[in-house]
Amino acid sequence: MEAHSATASAPRAGIRLPGVGAGLGRGTVVLYLSAIVLLPLAAVVSQSLEKGIGGFWEAVTSPLAVSSLELTVICSLIVVVINAIFGTIIAWILVRDEFPGKSFVNAVIDLPFALPTIVASLTLLALYGNESPLGVHLAATRAAVVVALLFVTLPFVVRAVQPLLLEMDREMEAAAASLGAGGFTIFRRIIFPNLLPGLAAGVALAFARALGEFGSVLLFAGGLPQTMVSSIFIRQQIESGNDIGASAVSVVLLAASLLLLAIVTLVQRWGSRHERSSGGGLTVMPMSGEDFTVEKDPDEDG
Amino acid sequence: MRTANSDASRWGLRVLGLGYLTLLLLAPLAMIFYKTFEHGLAPPIDAITSPDGLHALKLTLITVAIAVPLNTVFGIGCALLLVRHRRKGNAVIDAVINLPFAISPIVIGLSLFLLYGTGGWLGPTLAEAGIKVLFSVPGIVLACIFVSLPFVVRETVPVLQEIGTDQEQAASTLGANAWQTFWRITLPAIRWGVAYGVVLTTARVLGEFGAVTIVSGSISGQTQTLPLFVEKQFANFNLPGAYGASIVLAILALSTLLAMNLLKRKEDA
Repeated sequence: MEAHSATASAPRAGIRLPGVGAGLGRGTVVLYLSAIVLLPLAAVVSQSLEKGIGGFWEAVTSPLAVSSLELTVICSLIVVVINAIFGTIIAWILVRDEFPGKSFVNAVIDLPFALPTIVASLTLLALYGNESPLGVHLAATRAAVVVALLFVTLPFVVRAVQPLLLEMDREMEAAAASLGAGGFTIFRRIIFPNLLPGLAAGVALAFARALGEFGSVLLFAGGLPQTMVSSIFIRQQIESGNDIGASAVSVVLLAASLLLLAIVTLVQRWGSRHERSSGGGLTVMPMSGEDFTVEKDPDEDG
Repeated sequence: MRTANSDASRWGLRVLGLGYLTLLLLAPLAMIFYKTFEHGLAPPIDAITSPDGLHALKLTLITVAIAVPLNTVFGIGCALLLVRHRRKGNAVIDAVINLPFAISPIVIGLSLFLLYGTGGWLGPTLAEAGIKVLFSVPGIVLACIFVSLPFVVRETVPVLQEIGTDQEQAASTLGANAWQTFWRITLPAIRWGVAYGVVLTTARVLGEFGAVTIVSGSISGQTQTLPLFVEKQFANFNLPGAYGASIVLAILALSTLLAMNLLKRKEDA
């Protein structure tokens, strides 16, 4: 019922008590966000500092925590580099190429967003596990961590680059070609700079997702010491009752998430200043970094 | 010479892109369908119709039935607030809404675990009032609401920006009150955007694993959602059971994809 009043009050344009309806709605939204998101996160930060900065530092620098963070960051970096390359290639063939089944391929890109991560893990295990029919045995290796992360982050770069490619003015390329530029030069000097904002945002989001990914890694790569990413480490700490250890590493991941979201916002401001793109398909750039387009608050019309 | 060169690079890119997709997405998905039905229909069906399997399915659907409507109503209200009532604080609200996209599900689970645990800020008070959040349905629902919070807002905001306020203002000039304007003008105009957000929210809630695994305790027949059931069956070496439940989730995911594509077309039309 509380949430309901937000719906009711927000569109109350031009009624007698300007601002009151919207004020109530704003209060409800802030309350909902605080109760659902902010309060729990504050609890993690508070728990991580229960024994002061020293306790926090000790937990974060314990050998297992450090090795899990190292593994997570290295795997995520490898993943976003592969994503940037293959994501751009896939976006390219979806926009510039024609082949039978293209709309099917376009739809399939979003599969990792729709498929539960635990199913993704089992799926990869079925093909690349110990009973692999292809003879590729990746289960419980670091390669499995990378493959699982590649699976879940696939859509980000594709969906961030695709709308930019669609909107790109092809006359620039034609002009460059007529001036004697070769294919690679055109890509490097014309296409790539135009794709850069989307690519950067897609990579940052994929990196954030990879840093925190849990389900898809769990069954396929397992929680062996050499394949223990930070999320699995955190679960182990919770299970063994070490709340400070779990919280401290969580706070590190949390800080990384915030930083990456800030980067996405900045990149989008930069991109939208360059040219406003409405972005097709799934929201992979969830930040609405640019200002909202309505000039006037309808409240003030009454 | 030139066309031969660009032909070769076009084929090269095509093979690279499609080959990558096949190896990463399509082949594994086909493999799990094959594995599930390798020994006929009976093993997966038995697994999913076992009491624990049915309970997991039921709990998952209950979670969807609570979390999705709540986030839908919140999402529409919040989008209206962000687009139609510009204030300084909106940027902060906007940033907070995006947090669940970037935070690890395990961290989300831990945050609820700490807040509602026996030593947490809210746990003891709620326990005194007889409300059990952890290891029971409310905790699972809270985790799912948290992780799926942004979708409806994010899908509704651009549509609201696009439709503008002309029609709403016309309606209110003609004497419609806020409710009438919302139901007759605004909601019909944004319905496909909202529907798209609802589909994404549902998919996320159906499949959420990391956050739920921390708060639910994964007790068979009690606090086990379908994704947790998959993990438990796998851990118990009951592969047909794990595959059977996975197939149910995979089919739901494929339906989601289909719905997304239909809605995208409606939105563009």
